[in-house]
Amino acid sequence: MNNDRPERTVTTTEVTKEYLTFTLGDEEYGIDILKVQEIRGYDAVTRIANAPNFIKGVINMRGIIVPILDMRLKFNLGQVEYNEFTVVIILNVAERVVGIVVDGVSDVIALKRSQIRPAPEFGALMDTAYIDGLTTLEQRMVIMVDIEKLITSSEMGLVESVRSELA
Amino acid sequence: MAKTILTVDDSASIRQMVTFTLKDAGYAVVEAVDGQDGLDKAKSGRFDLIFTDQNMPRMDGLTLIKQLRSLPQYASVPILMLTTESSDGMKSQGRAAGATGWLVKPFDPQKLLEVVRKVIG
Amino acid sequence: MTIDMTRFYQVFFDEAGEHLAAMEDLLLELDVSAPDLETLNAIFRAAHSIKGGAGTFGFNDMAEVTHVLETLLDCLRKQELQPTVEMVDTFLRAGDVLKAQLAAHQEGREYADVRIAEVCAHLEQLSTLAPTSPANHRFALAPQVKKPPPMTRWHISFRADAIDFQPGADIAALRDVLAELGQVDWLSADDAELCVWRLTTNAGQEAIIETFAFVCDPACLTISFDDGELHPPAHQTAQDDPGFGFFTDAPGSDHLKQVTEDEAGFGFFADAPGTAYFAHHAADAKEDAAGFGFFAGAPGSEQVADQEHHGYGLFGGSPGMATVAAIAQQERTETAQGYGFFERRQPLEPTDVAAVATPPVAPAAVRPAATAADAKRAAPADTSIRVSVEKVDQLINLVGELVITHAMLAESASGLEPLAHEQIFDGLANLERNSRDLQQAVMSIRMLPISFVFNRFPRVVRDTAAKLGKQVALKLLGEDTELDKGLIERLADPLNHLVRNSIDHGIEQPQQRVASGKPEMGEITLRASHQGGSVVVEVRDDGAGLNRDKLLAKAAQQGIALPDNPSDKDVWQLIFHAGFSTADKITDISGRGVGMDVVRRNIEAMNGRVDIDSEPGHGTRITIRLPLTLAILDGLSVRMGDEMFILPLTAIQESIQPTRDQFMTVAGKGRLARVNGDYLPLVMLREVFALDAPPLRDEDGILVVVDTTEGRIALLIDELVAQHQVVIKSLETNYRKVEGISGATIMGDGRVALILDVDALARLNRRAE
Repeated sequence: MNNDRPERTVTTTEVTKEYLTFTLGDEEYGIDILKVQEIRGYDAVTRIANAPNFIKGVINMRGIIVPILDMRLKFNLGQVEYNEFTVVIILNVAERVVGIVVDGVSDVIALKRSQIRPAPEFGALMDTAYIDGLTTLEQRMVIMVDIEKLITSSEMGLVESVRSELA
Repeated sequence: MAKTILTVDDSASIRQMVTFTLKDAGYAVVEAVDGQDGLDKAKSGRFDLIFTDQNMPRMDGLTLIKQLRSLPQYASVPILMLTTESSDGMKSQGRAAGATGWLVKPFDPQKLLEVVRKVIG
Repeated sequence: MTIDMTRFYQVFFDEAGEHLAAMEDLLLELDVSAPDLETLNAIFRAAHSIKGGAGTFGFNDMAEVTHVLETLLDCLRKQELQPTVEMVDTFLRAGDVLKAQLAAHQEGREYADVRIAEVCAHLEQLSTLAPTSPANHRFALAPQVKKPPPMTRWHISFRADAIDFQPGADIAALRDVLAELGQVDWLSADDAELCVWRLTTNAGQEAIIETFAFVCDPACLTISFDDGELHPPAHQTAQDDPGFGFFTDAPGSDHLKQVTEDEAGFGFFADAPGTAYFAHHAADAKEDAAGFGFFAGAPGSEQVADQEHHGYGLFGGSPGMATVAAIAQQERTETAQGYGFFERRQPLEPTDVAAVATPPVAPAAVRPAATAADAKRAAPADTSIRVSVEKVDQLINLVGELVITHAMLAESASGLEPLAHEQIFDGLANLERNSRDLQQAVMSIRMLPISFVFNRFPRVVRDTAAKLGKQVALKLLGEDTELDKGLIERLADPLNHLVRNSIDHGIEQPQQRVASGKPEMGEITLRASHQGGSVVVEVRDDGAGLNRDKLLAKAAQQGIALPDNPSDKDVWQLIFHAGFSTADKITDISGRGVGMDVVRRNIEAMNGRVDIDSEPGHGTRITIRLPLTLAILDGLSVRMGDEMFILPLTAIQESIQPTRDQFMTVAGKGRLARVNGDYLPLVMLREVFALDAPPLRDEDGILVVVDTTEGRIALLIDELVAQHQVVIKSLETNYRKVEGISGATIMGDGRVALILDVDALARLNRRAE
């Protein structure tokens, strides 16, 4: 970075945002860290009947009932195990608190918008509708996800379609 | 030394107004919430002037005035009754009880001060 | 000196609010047929206090209303009149007007509405029935002048020999001077010892006194009011502009009563040494208020003379007058001018009493608050503080965490040897107690008893029934039922509508009730309770009930589709259709067809439900069920497999260890359980919640019979565990509604348990059939 002086000047005009990256299967994803409330281990959940299989259930997080979604199940990553290393990212999106189970949390990275390139049509686990773009981190490709869009999408089944009526 | 005035009224708003007005004008003021309270406070202090409402719980103004007049230290202290009663009956009862005068409610602070200045300077 | 009256307003607002509330309560409890004198006195005192404060602080609109109110109340407490229902109604309406006026003043406005004039006129009309004219008590607002001075006739009598004429003057000269005030007639003979004159003037009596003061000791003078018909002057002068005057009184004379009529005047009574009594009447001060003097010719008269001033007076010769006289003497030496402390009062335009809705303008000099009153006043201070609901919820969550932390600590400590670790165990016990108390206290912050809504209904029922000429008693049950503050606020309107509707459409006219063998007096019952994780509020009447045929006819007319053989429930639900009204005539109260559908929408917006039961001739019951977004629920924890659920205690009727033969399957009816001879729909909770627990034989489980809106059903569970008081949390905050579940709670071990919604389970079961 320090041999990169001209670019630093740009930094002042271009906002750097931080992203949390996590792995799902063989892929690495990045989400806006401002949407992340905390990262915690996997606790026993209370199951919810007749919910899609990736909705593991609900947990108590300091008195708040938080649904837990297993992204590995959602994206059919086969065998999933829950052990002491299982990580839950607690998200705060669309005024809701939701936990997602991922394979592992890898890093927090700072990126400028210009470092995120548009994603071509490609076969990622997630629908490209939720993908903001791609970036490269030490030769690895990181898929930047609009986590809010994903979580509130109808395919997650978290938000009732009639909800807007109530508001 | 500041002259001390006792104001006896069950209405907190009236008491507050009386107290503020008179204190602003340099008098010392003690409040009592009804006749009984007024009598107790009068007994335990010395007042140069007493204002009392008529219609109050526990003890009304006329009774308070009669009681006060029976005390040597209040035999000649000016006592004014505040009253919304306008009938002459009220006034003659006040006179009979030993009131020095009356002040018609509603009154405004100016009027109050005017009366106080007239009575105790 | 200007005194900012606005700083006293807040105390007055609070005080007046309390008095109004107290007055309403007292009025509602007043039994017109056997009025309690103490209650009447208390109502009078409340009105009286409001009037005093309102007048003092310049809220003259309120003072006007309280005055007419007080006048009538005074007749009642003096038992000159018997209270009637009409009076109480009018008092209540006056209270409403006063509340509106008070609210307006709090916002720095003035309430202008025809209601004010209406209610005042009504009160006045009611009090004219009193044997003594209420005009005697006419309230004159000191700072306000109502009328231009009328021409007044005075009788002036004095002893000719008491007149101390200046050289060259005589009695005729005195008359000429007096004639400047108005027309002077001699009533006595020219040379009589006792001169009696009549003066017709629009000047006040103080002007007369002033004239005489040049020539004689006012103690020798008698001035009395002459209205030509020998009526006591009371009401006339009382309505007049406040003035001031002097009264002297010979020792032993008892004529005082004649001379002290002027409520707003100011006067002196003097037991002056003298023989004749001397009286003045206060009438109009505005013309000459600035020019008054206290017996200027009689130094020292301050002590002995009655003084009647604008708004106050002093009794001559009374205890304390020595002080007054001393002060006056001092003043006199200080100012040659005499007493100039009366500001000149400006006459105002006459104000018709009926036009109270347009408040008269007060002169700035006497209403220092007039300009400041326009300024927005501070919000009412209270003994409570406002805290955002989020903060409270955050507290509740944190305390919940504390309880759970305790549970974890206790579990960790359970392996310890109790004797060796006595202090730890003691500490844990204390921590548990304290955190539970804390939890209760914090949770109670959000909860309010439903009496907050119920309290308005005695009034609503009374007013509505009166309007419709019906007799209705109101019964309130379960007022202590607590529910979330937010729900309480939103419940008020729908309930109000239902109650009014019940009175309008449900309860019959008295004669009709008698004809159908019912008591004349109808009954409306409002009942609240916690039931199955809901707050249930019932509005029940013993009226005519819904008319099935009429509803069906109306439905057909409006083209509302119904099944071929609609159940009563289906028919009753018709009234929730938008625009559906069966009222034969549209009344004030209801019948415009915009009611019940709105009620239903409001309730549904709270995730609640409305149900109707009705029996022709016996009445209608409307049941509102509200979920408790946040409420304390008494529940039973039940286990199914590894999962814990909460069953609301109020729904549970009984639990049974079943035997094999109690279970059966009926074609088309699904599974049934036979309990005490009844066949109840059986809900296998393991199946409903698709639990993948190891199978369990039916007879190894427990049958719990619960009461639902769909009737009784039996639930099959694995095990009853324990009774808990749980905090209901919404699943929808972060997730979504789950069928058969009303909410969630957090158990002692920190895990989430779902709360079963038995009504929904019954519905689910019926649908599955």
